[in-house]
Amino acid sequence: MSGYNFAYLDEGTKRMIRRALLKAVAVPGFQVPFGSREMPLPYGWGTGGIQVTAAVIGPDDTLKVIDQGADDTTNAVSIRRFFARVAPGLRTTESTAEATVIQTRHRIPETPLREGQVMVYQVPQPEPLFRLEPRRAETRRLHALADYGLMQVKLYEDIARHGRVASSYDHPVMVGDRYLMSPSPIPSFDNPKMHMSPALQLFGAGRERRLYAVPPYTAVRSLDFEDHPFVPLRANGRCTLCGSGESYLDEVVTDDRGGRMFVCSDTDYCGTRQARMKEAAE
Amino acid sequence: MTPDQKTWALKAEGVAKGFTLHLRGGVQIPVLRDAALEVAPGECVALAGPSGAGKSTLMRLLQGNYGADAGSILIRGRDGALTDLATAPPRTVIALRRDTLGYVSQFLRVIPRVPTIDVVAEPLTSRGVAPEEARARAGALLRRLNLPERLHGLPPATFSGGEQQRVNLARGFVADFPVMLLDEPTASLDAANREVVIALIAEAKARGAALVGIFHDIEVRDRVADRILEVAPLREAA
Amino acid sequence: MNDEPILSARGLRLSFGAVRALDDVSIDLWPGEVLAIVGESGSGKSTLLRVLAGETRPDAGSVTYGDPQGGTRDVHGMTEAARRRLARTEWGFVHQDPRDGLRMAVSAGGNVGERLMAVGDRHYGNIREEAARWLERVEIPRSRIDDAPRLFSGGMRQRLQIARTLVTRPRLVFMDEPTGGLDVSVQARLLDLIRALVADLGIAVILVTHDIAAARLLAHRMVVMRQGRVVEEGLTDRVLDDPRHPYTQLLVSSVLAA
Repeated sequence: MSGYNFAYLDEGTKRMIRRALLKAVAVPGFQVPFGSREMPLPYGWGTGGIQVTAAVIGPDDTLKVIDQGADDTTNAVSIRRFFARVAPGLRTTESTAEATVIQTRHRIPETPLREGQVMVYQVPQPEPLFRLEPRRAETRRLHALADYGLMQVKLYEDIARHGRVASSYDHPVMVGDRYLMSPSPIPSFDNPKMHMSPALQLFGAGRERRLYAVPPYTAVRSLDFEDHPFVPLRANGRCTLCGSGESYLDEVVTDDRGGRMFVCSDTDYCGTRQARMKEAAE
Repeated sequence: MTPDQKTWALKAEGVAKGFTLHLRGGVQIPVLRDAALEVAPGECVALAGPSGAGKSTLMRLLQGNYGADAGSILIRGRDGALTDLATAPPRTVIALRRDTLGYVSQFLRVIPRVPTIDVVAEPLTSRGVAPEEARARAGALLRRLNLPERLHGLPPATFSGGEQQRVNLARGFVADFPVMLLDEPTASLDAANREVVIALIAEAKARGAALVGIFHDIEVRDRVADRILEVAPLREAA
Repeated sequence: MNDEPILSARGLRLSFGAVRALDDVSIDLWPGEVLAIVGESGSGKSTLLRVLAGETRPDAGSVTYGDPQGGTRDVHGMTEAARRRLARTEWGFVHQDPRDGLRMAVSAGGNVGERLMAVGDRHYGNIREEAARWLERVEIPRSRIDDAPRLFSGGMRQRLQIARTLVTRPRLVFMDEPTGGLDVSVQARLLDLIRALVADLGIAVILVTHDIAAARLLAHRMVVMRQGRVVEEGLTDRVLDDPRHPYTQLLVSSVLAA
């Protein structure tokens, strides 16, 4: 696709986004405003994540894109194809281990991340206090003052109503003991993976025009109560395909008589395990 | 007896009080001019004089409820310190009323929902006496004033005039104030309770309290008062 | 008696255009003292309350807070972070309309617990128990702890707001017409509740009200405001029984049996 700059965005825009990202890395968990550009796909399809990826990726990188853990869903495939077209030299992969940049919607891979890798999260709503305090100016002030009693109230209400914290995804976290942050709509199962991760984690919200970041080896603590500690939720079962009892599972309905099974949501992880089992069997 | 200068508990001098009614074209009503009064510990002084002479006004001045236009109203506190009610800041007046200056008015100002026993115990608890002890002392005094036990737990709002007056008396006498002001303390009491009040006043004098009272009941007045101070009406201002 | 004021204002001035909302107002409040600010609508009393609480900046003058360590702090000179920290720890604010002071979609327990959580309490069971105790203290049954305040009557909402404010045991509470929007029958109960709590906890209160009876019941001292100025001040019963300023006389005479 000629006529486009490498990775679609012009260099000026990339510099602007990188400056915002540097600030985000310098102040972990803090939402940095940026001049979000129109992208050739609608909001809600990862425009924030794509801009972050475009700003950090180079011809030597290897890109993996996942949506709900899967590399082969429409959203993941189209974003991966997009970068393959607009970023000459860029390699794409479905392997977590091989990737240098992983753009994701709703999951963190099961394979532990390593130093040098960059996670790029697509974020629909960057403001964790959004549902509790609709006034933007007020939420900014609450962040400035680290006044997070309100968020704790929400967890209190969950326990009072449901006996436990109800958020099974997008469970709020404290970053570096300072900023309250939305981890994006990942399952709470993935929250612990953010804590002290060796990888750089970048978050982009295109419609809301905000970027934020968790630098490598940063404390990320899921909010909870002393007597109701945070518990990452996972379906109680094993993957039908690879037998994993540790991975995050999707429930798949197999027929209209109530038949169902669990499979790994991380297709790369599941596929790698199946291949290894096959090898071992042969 | 003439109280020694060193021993008086209350001393008013040159007290003047008038009212300016701004809502009636600023008409001036002078009530007291150059009023003086000195009361020793253990002494009871009765204020006398015709209705409208200013007895009640003087009483309110002594309590700090009215502000004096001139003169001084010195009260000797528990610790011996003197306070001039004519000039004392509000906080000082409040402290004085808590520690030194007791007041039995004709009418009870009812605080909604507070049980009688706590109304009476309040002067003690406000000084830091433990609630149980304060209630015990309040209950004993109410019984002495023949207020039925079943009423102690009720707020006095619905009580009869005589019952309310006894609550007021108990509240005034429960805390052993060094200076006490009694505004018609026996007005709506029967003979038996009148005797109790006379005894309470005698006991207060015996422990060294200085008392000032207005007693319309001449018999009571003659039995409790050591002196009578005539409050004369002022002539209408020219 | 010789302790320092908990709040001290000097020479406050504030104009909105040609209107002088505050005209050289000075006020002192001591620990444990209840001060009523009375006056009709537009007298500047609510403006004064906001300036004293640091929410509105005066054109001139100062407000000084005496902290528990014996230091003094300039209320309008401190950072907003510091002022907000004060507002959720050592201070409290009770609004006339409970909807301004409560989170209407959050349960009664969550409303009371918020201040505890804001100061770092992270034990759900303790927070809930403390909230339940405070509900009982303001005469709301424990069983209503999970109900949202929109299901409560006006009087209950106001009592809930008071529990929410007092749960962290502030030393200084600003009250803006706390009985203003309530039926007379409900007012008496609320006033008595406030009176008892304030006395029990030894809280200093600045109470803005046009209700003379409320001032009589609650306040040790009273300030009468008119057109942005303090026209009379002193011991509550002296101001009410022996009013000197024409405006105070008018105010007192317009009230039945205060």
